[in-house]
Amino acid sequence: MLNKYPLWKTLMVAFIVAFGALYATPNLYGEDPAVQISGKRGVEANAATLDTIKANLTINNIDYASIVLEKGQVLTRFKNTEDQLKARDVLDDELGKKYSVALNLTPDTPDWLAAIGGAPMKLGLDLSGGVSFLMEVNMKEAVNKAKIGMVSDFRDDLRNEKIHGSRVKESGDNIVVKFRKVEDLEQGKTLLKKRYRDLIISSDEDTLTLTAKMTEIQLKEIREYALQQNITIIRNRVNELGVAEPLVQRQGKKHIVIELPGVQDTAKAKEILNATATIEFRLVDTEGDIGAALNGRVPASSILLTDKNGKPTLLKKRIMLTGDHITDAKSGFDEYSRPQVNISLDSAGGSKMSKGTKSNIGKPMATVFIEYKPTGKKDAEGNLIFEKHQEVISVATIQARLGKSFRITGAGSQSEAHNLALLLRAGALIAPIAIVEERTVGPTLGAENVQLGFQAIMMGFGLVFIFMVIYYRAFGVVANLALGANLVLIIGVMSLIPGATLTLPGMAGIVLTVGMAVDANVLIFERIREEIREGKTIQQAIHQGYDAAFSTIIDANITTLIAALILFAIGTGPVKGFAVTLSIGILTSMFTSVVGTRAVVNAVWGGKSLKKLSI
Amino acid sequence: MQILQLKETVKFMSYRKIAMVFSALLMIASVASLAVNKLNFGLDFTGGTLIEVGFQQAADLQKLRQLMQDNGHNDAKVQFYGSSRDVVIRLGLREDVKAEMLGNEILSILESGTGQKIDMRRIEFVGASVGDELAEQGGLAMLTALICILVYVAFRFEWRFAVGSVVALFHDVLLTLGLFSILGLEFDLTVLAAILAVIGYSLNDTIVVSDRIRENFRKIRDTLPEEIINISLTQTLSRTFITSITTLLVLAALFFKGGALIHGFASALLFGVFVGTYSSIYVASLVALSLGISREDLIPEVIEKEGEDQDEMMMP
Repeated sequence: MLNKYPLWKTLMVAFIVAFGALYATPNLYGEDPAVQISGKRGVEANAATLDTIKANLTINNIDYASIVLEKGQVLTRFKNTEDQLKARDVLDDELGKKYSVALNLTPDTPDWLAAIGGAPMKLGLDLSGGVSFLMEVNMKEAVNKAKIGMVSDFRDDLRNEKIHGSRVKESGDNIVVKFRKVEDLEQGKTLLKKRYRDLIISSDEDTLTLTAKMTEIQLKEIREYALQQNITIIRNRVNELGVAEPLVQRQGKKHIVIELPGVQDTAKAKEILNATATIEFRLVDTEGDIGAALNGRVPASSILLTDKNGKPTLLKKRIMLTGDHITDAKSGFDEYSRPQVNISLDSAGGSKMSKGTKSNIGKPMATVFIEYKPTGKKDAEGNLIFEKHQEVISVATIQARLGKSFRITGAGSQSEAHNLALLLRAGALIAPIAIVEERTVGPTLGAENVQLGFQAIMMGFGLVFIFMVIYYRAFGVVANLALGANLVLIIGVMSLIPGATLTLPGMAGIVLTVGMAVDANVLIFERIREEIREGKTIQQAIHQGYDAAFSTIIDANITTLIAALILFAIGTGPVKGFAVTLSIGILTSMFTSVVGTRAVVNAVWGGKSLKKLSI
Repeated sequence: MQILQLKETVKFMSYRKIAMVFSALLMIASVASLAVNKLNFGLDFTGGTLIEVGFQQAADLQKLRQLMQDNGHNDAKVQFYGSSRDVVIRLGLREDVKAEMLGNEILSILESGTGQKIDMRRIEFVGASVGDELAEQGGLAMLTALICILVYVAFRFEWRFAVGSVVALFHDVLLTLGLFSILGLEFDLTVLAAILAVIGYSLNDTIVVSDRIRENFRKIRDTLPEEIINISLTQTLSRTFITSITTLLVLAALFFKGGALIHGFASALLFGVFVGTYSSIYVASLVALSLGISREDLIPEVIEKEGEDQDEMMMP
């Protein structure tokens, strides 16, 4: 019989729409004001933190709706923003040193929905308000630093092999070594070739020079490493900002995108992103009296510094080594599987360290973390004033005379060792970064954009609904059902895909899809009308109409999809949001307007002998 | 209900000379305007700083301009944005490295200068290199889109249709760019997105028409290609109009309700849909016809077989 769907097909359509509707529902629930507390620098929130928070809230008579400890973070929900703000201030005073206290809007999704992965759509910064930065890594500098490091390595290697009188310098993209004798050249070439297999090394006996060139792969690795390192450092710094759900992501070959939802004070964000950090090694002053020092009588040759728990340590004033000599730092485990940090120094650093530790074996050495944080004030010449912040991050005993590479143990847990390695590397930032783009959206504009977008979608829908019913009557109603289902599916899919973000242009994309989604139905309905005019029976006309329009619909949609995908590939931020909703809309609309409407049409009109059709 | 009751075939192709001259004139005007006026590139492409602020009362632009001048920002462009209480201030790129701090500085100048509480709505800073890269990427994207579409249509239909649809797309993009250039509307990233959407829309139309032309070439024998195209265009005209109407309806909703940020986007699409509708009727078919499309080009056996496959596999 014509125009009858088997039951399973009708059920499948119903199931898919219901599935979309289920995952779209979290968007109907509101959001709770919340405060999110997470540890800084490797500290994790624990049960004790939870108790402190509870106690503090009770003392200050602040009501909270719920409080949970999850993945090293404590999330406290409040009934209103007033309580939330009060709680933030109270908790920041109490816990602000070790933890970052961030305001947050937590979706009020029911537990059973959250359990099956239901979550509302993520809003882009243009809708939620906040700031986004695009930072560019200076790759030229990264390659340059690698070259400088290699020059000094070459010098060391040649000196160690007793090849004297050679001169190493960089020349353009290459490193050139000039020797005095042919034998030296040969010997040097063999040595360097053995040691640096990745370099392309060539020699010229007439001029007694050797040229080493970095391969494209090596250069790529250096750039990649510089980018990754910067991302890690920025991620760490962003965590310090106390922003809920920040995003730090690479973009292309040398850019990093940072999105900080809800942040309005961009000055502070920029300061922290631009802050510089370094490291110093000092001997611990074991003779000085720490009690006296605490009372203000610090020995002249010493300084008093504290660690993150506030424990004071007396250190020698003389700096054994500064962090700019560090070329690399990695965390790992020692032979007793205790966490350790392996540090590599450049050659100058190596000899300094060697001299400094030679006569101090068995004595404790401290690693001091130094951060220059802008204070937000400027001096008379308009330069930013930086505040020097020093903190002891580890004290370890020197086991032997140290050289170019050594290790620090006793830095604490594995995650702390990891963070120390990170900070050490940060002290020797390979490549400087700069903000090349910044977009800040105020909260009022964000809220306004949501409202405008919503209104535009509703109005667009309304107009098309009315038009379709007037023009196609009963079939128009069917097309409208499909449109509604399409909207539900778009929202459902958007909520389900973790990376999809709704932006203002994205909302425009939804509006546009509404206009274009009915096109498939218009094609089908016009075809049915044509077939009826040509004298076919109603059932044949419906069948033919759907059949004939099908390949046209596919072709037309695929080409639009091509344009949308290209837009997705090149677009960023809001524009990418447009490409996302447009692509999803095209796919879902093909389903709803072809398969979906057919199911309804078949159920209502299919298989009956009809004389007239309300189309 | 039926808007168009066409009893007879409309002789579209009889007016092809007029259409050709009309299109050619518009394209020349667009090129001329693009050469003379250029495009009014937005911040995304030029780089610089933009600050949008909301005042509590209607703002006095003269006073704000004076304020900017007094503080050494001679290049500041101060304009209303959407309403008389919203003001946008644009500043060019500065040699000064601390350009990213400019936004906050302007805010404090405005607060102290007007004595009003100011609502920071948006600050955007784009560095010089970013804009250049973007312009390059944008151009590349459009080119890639056109090529991909050319290949797809050539594969699904015939090269004459492919050339026809790409010429039509080029025509639409050029005219939309021309409109932006003539009216001096700001060309930013969202407008670029809109133009890619115009490509999608216009193509949609062109494909529907081409599909019908192909079908009719197979169905109707012993008829001139010109007549076939006329018949096909007449048959699809009603659909073309209705889809344009629904799309224009939602775009009108966007234009009037979507706010100032979406204005450029909606304008580009509104115009693009008009041009796209026209071009799928005239430009695409006309090019295919001029290239000598004929019944033999659309080898019936292969295509019919393909059609049968589809029926079985993809019956809706």
